[in-house]
Amino acid sequence: MGKQKLSSKGVQNSGCTKATLWWFYLVAACIKVLLFPSYRSTDFEVHRNWLAVTHSLPLSQWYFDETSPWTLDYPPFFAHFEHFLSMFAHLIDPKIVHLQEGLNYSANTVVYFQRGTVILSDLCLLYGVYRLTRNLDSRKQKLIWLSAIWSPMLFIVDHVHFQYNGFLIGILLISLSYLEEGRDLLGGFFFAVLLCLKHLFAVAAPVYFVYLLRHYCRGGIGRGFTRLLIMGGMVAAVFAAAFGPFFHLGQIQVIRRLFPFGRGLCHAYWAPNFWVFYIMSDKGLAFILRRLGFNVQTPTATFTAGLVGDSSPFSVLPQVTPLVTFMMVLLALSPCLLKAWKDPKPQMISRWVAYAYTCGFLFGWHVHEKASLHFVIPLAIVAVQTLEDAKHYFLLSIVSCYSLFPLLFEAQEYPIKVLLLLLHLILMWSGFSAQFPDGAETARAPTGHHTEKKVDQHKSNGGFVIGWIERMYLVGLVIVEIWGQFLHPLLLGDKLAFAPLMLISIYCALGIMYSWIWQLTFIVKSP
Amino acid sequence: MKGKGTSDTVSVVDGDGNQCCWWWWLVHKGTTTTFLIVGLFALLVRAAVSLHPYSGFANPPKFGDYEAQRHWMEITINLPIQEWYRNSTSNDLSYWGLDYPPLTAYQSFIHGLFLRFVHPESVSLFTSRGHESYLGKLLMRWTVLSSDLLILFPAVLYFVIVRYGQPSRSRKSDIGWHIAMLLLNPCLILIDHGHFQYNCISLGFTIGAVAGVLSGKDLVACVLYCLALNHKQMSAYFAPAFFSHLLGKCLRRKHPLLEVSKLGFYVLGTFAAVWWPYLYSKDSILEVLSRLAPFERGIFEDYVANFWCASSIIFKWKRLFRSESLRILSLTATVITCLPSMIQQIKSPSNRGFLYGLLNCSFAFYLFSFQVHEKSILLPLLPASLLAMEEPFIFKWFMQFAMLSMFPLICRDGLVVPYFALLALFILIFDAPGQQRVKEGNYLYNYLGATTVRLVLFCYFILHIVYLTMNPPEKYPFLFEAIIMNVCFSQFVLVTLGCNIKQWVLNKPTKLEVDKKFI
Repeated sequence: MGKQKLSSKGVQNSGCTKATLWWFYLVAACIKVLLFPSYRSTDFEVHRNWLAVTHSLPLSQWYFDETSPWTLDYPPFFAHFEHFLSMFAHLIDPKIVHLQEGLNYSANTVVYFQRGTVILSDLCLLYGVYRLTRNLDSRKQKLIWLSAIWSPMLFIVDHVHFQYNGFLIGILLISLSYLEEGRDLLGGFFFAVLLCLKHLFAVAAPVYFVYLLRHYCRGGIGRGFTRLLIMGGMVAAVFAAAFGPFFHLGQIQVIRRLFPFGRGLCHAYWAPNFWVFYIMSDKGLAFILRRLGFNVQTPTATFTAGLVGDSSPFSVLPQVTPLVTFMMVLLALSPCLLKAWKDPKPQMISRWVAYAYTCGFLFGWHVHEKASLHFVIPLAIVAVQTLEDAKHYFLLSIVSCYSLFPLLFEAQEYPIKVLLLLLHLILMWSGFSAQFPDGAETARAPTGHHTEKKVDQHKSNGGFVIGWIERMYLVGLVIVEIWGQFLHPLLLGDKLAFAPLMLISIYCALGIMYSWIWQLTFIVKSP
Repeated sequence: MKGKGTSDTVSVVDGDGNQCCWWWWLVHKGTTTTFLIVGLFALLVRAAVSLHPYSGFANPPKFGDYEAQRHWMEITINLPIQEWYRNSTSNDLSYWGLDYPPLTAYQSFIHGLFLRFVHPESVSLFTSRGHESYLGKLLMRWTVLSSDLLILFPAVLYFVIVRYGQPSRSRKSDIGWHIAMLLLNPCLILIDHGHFQYNCISLGFTIGAVAGVLSGKDLVACVLYCLALNHKQMSAYFAPAFFSHLLGKCLRRKHPLLEVSKLGFYVLGTFAAVWWPYLYSKDSILEVLSRLAPFERGIFEDYVANFWCASSIIFKWKRLFRSESLRILSLTATVITCLPSMIQQIKSPSNRGFLYGLLNCSFAFYLFSFQVHEKSILLPLLPASLLAMEEPFIFKWFMQFAMLSMFPLICRDGLVVPYFALLALFILIFDAPGQQRVKEGNYLYNYLGATTVRLVLFCYFILHIVYLTMNPPEKYPFLFEAIIMNVCFSQFVLVTLGCNIKQWVLNKPTKLEVDKKFI
């Protein structure tokens, strides 16, 4: 009894919450440290080169250096971030930041240092998650931490493959947390900072724009206009701080580096998005037409290579240009923008932003499969709100994690990626079924009352049980994996070596399309 | 559905601070799911550790334990079974000859078949000596992972089910914690998946045997323990405890002689089955046996935190006595230190007393027996981890110093990073938030006092740093090793003294029951 009283909500809230959050972070950090010697992609060398570039060259040369093929192509704030890290790198081992001698340097010092910086920069994610969840009840908190801080996708992309997504998504979450609290100016500020760290996050800019315009700049024409000026001035100031010095030197080069539209529609491994279906139907149509006797030209350029040029990669269907993809993203976004315009609710902003990134992922130009992190992590934050959310997130997180499997293609990491996914799956399953034991529980969730009632009617006895279609889909995932790993090499050998990867792309694209439609319906139906 | 409904009401009732609320996402579905989650996590940790280098990596001509295991696979799949332990032109016993009992050889054979199927070059006769390749390392690592998964993990599940039965809700998170303590033993992971050995097999069989004893299935326990013994002769550290407990139990039954002979029959049967290929002649049995007894080696190797090594800074045992007299001396010392806990178990066998007995006997062997490796600390560590719930402080204390005692070895293997990561992970999970386990109210803790504990811990971390960063004085090149071993030895003595006393204090329970009460 005494214990219960002692730890009743008021006393234990902040101190214990923080301790537990740190615990989650530190346990993850131990695993991340253990993963130090695992496979690392060329992104590792890319980032090492940026350390060298920013350390050894003056600001004016950052975007011009071509010593290594991995030139700096992130916005200026990220370059400054690398510059900051390079100061420590120099202390640890000067060779890391040496422009020529450091090329492809792979001693323990550089590996440990760079991997260590990723772990430390994850503190940003930790803070973002903390800000977003600090007022929730302790069970929901833990479930969110489980899925966001122990996200298997972050492990795969950041700590094995090597990138700084945890850091960047952390800033996105900080921005979202300010918006949810109604502190729009700070929310806008952090989003502007994020854009100057990695411009790929700009996909959500329309949502931010409409939301801030309607939520922050309201209250009559005079007040609204003043606020618009304040917000605009602040965003402009952030961008000026980032790009100003470069433009002052007369460098438009920065922009050219940031937007390499010369690249193809798809990345080397096709991200599981809408274009996969487009390409497949083009191939299919071409095949059928050829069979029917039409003269269909075989395209000379591939979809993935750098050059699009004059040659047409599609043989039957119309060409896709960056402008087309841009329009499609906007079109897909429009229902969400409309909602944000009509009723800019702070509780919905995370969903809207996640939806924006989903659209960008599905219809964007030259999308990386890693970009699915941008919407999976924000969706983790809202996954505990309703039972339907939980079911959707469960499926989505598994599919998008699986779609990252081809990133780690070496045999050594195979058990690790499979175990990460399985652990995530069972943790989510166990956590969600504890959170939603049966229909009655969902009624206590704070938002989205409308949907809950529907849920209650349909699945009053349900609890966290995923439907048979979803179940079949997940079983299909296992079959795709077994086919790609074992049966294909066994039955077909080296023939059609690209087929397993294509199969993964197509199959995961189905899941992501489903998630997109689900999110769209949710947003449209929300009151 | 009904079960879910009731659990829901309970979960609403118990407040935010209750421990099952912290861990409800882990324990909600019951012991098996908890085990599955912790087990997957433990596997992930093992898979991550296995990325690191192994003993003797790129270190010709003898390499290390990794090469030994690979060489055994090479020998067992290429030579007929009778020649495995025999020196011949095709089996040079001076180069990592088999020196473990037949079960290890069979295990090598099976793993060797797997390696030959996937990557024949790595186990071809003669030509594969010192074979090191990306795929070879991977396959070898996977054989350890699979052994762990097939033997240690089920054994732990068996133990936990036997030990806790159907738990009440409030204890579920404790069980989760105990499973994690058993599966995330940092020493075992480092040695098996870092350094490269197959301790998980013999230790797994031992855990199974302990679970068998706890559940009253003595015959199952006998068979499993014999298998452990036939995988690694070091499992004999537990023999006095098993012997005395089972004897004590039999003496309390109606027909003691019948019971004892039944157990003896099972033991002999298991041994006969394992040794079958060598039973055709006396010579062949002796041939194998002579490989198992390491008497030609010294009383200790390298630096071990046992009595002989620790006291050798004052008494040069190796110089003062001949090997034979040392053998007798060490045997006497071991038996004497085993006796108290054996007598206690024969007098009043109990499940808890049995676990303490395992700890005390294996400690006696570790501290006083002949030819002890630093890796042998895994054996006393096993019963300590089985007792983690009753003796959390002792377990943690012991684990920390067990880690320290292997630190020089770990440094040689280049496993410093996983060492610290695993140590941190162990402490984090041991002190996981939301637990109400009383850790400080322990007799050892009280005896030492809070200040001393902090001081010792401070020295503990300083020792690590000193060992890593400083060079020893030229006159005493092994100064730091000696200090580390003496510090560890002193703590081990404290732990075993404490546990011996504890075992004798528990003289009450004479009934064979799963004890439910703990601190």
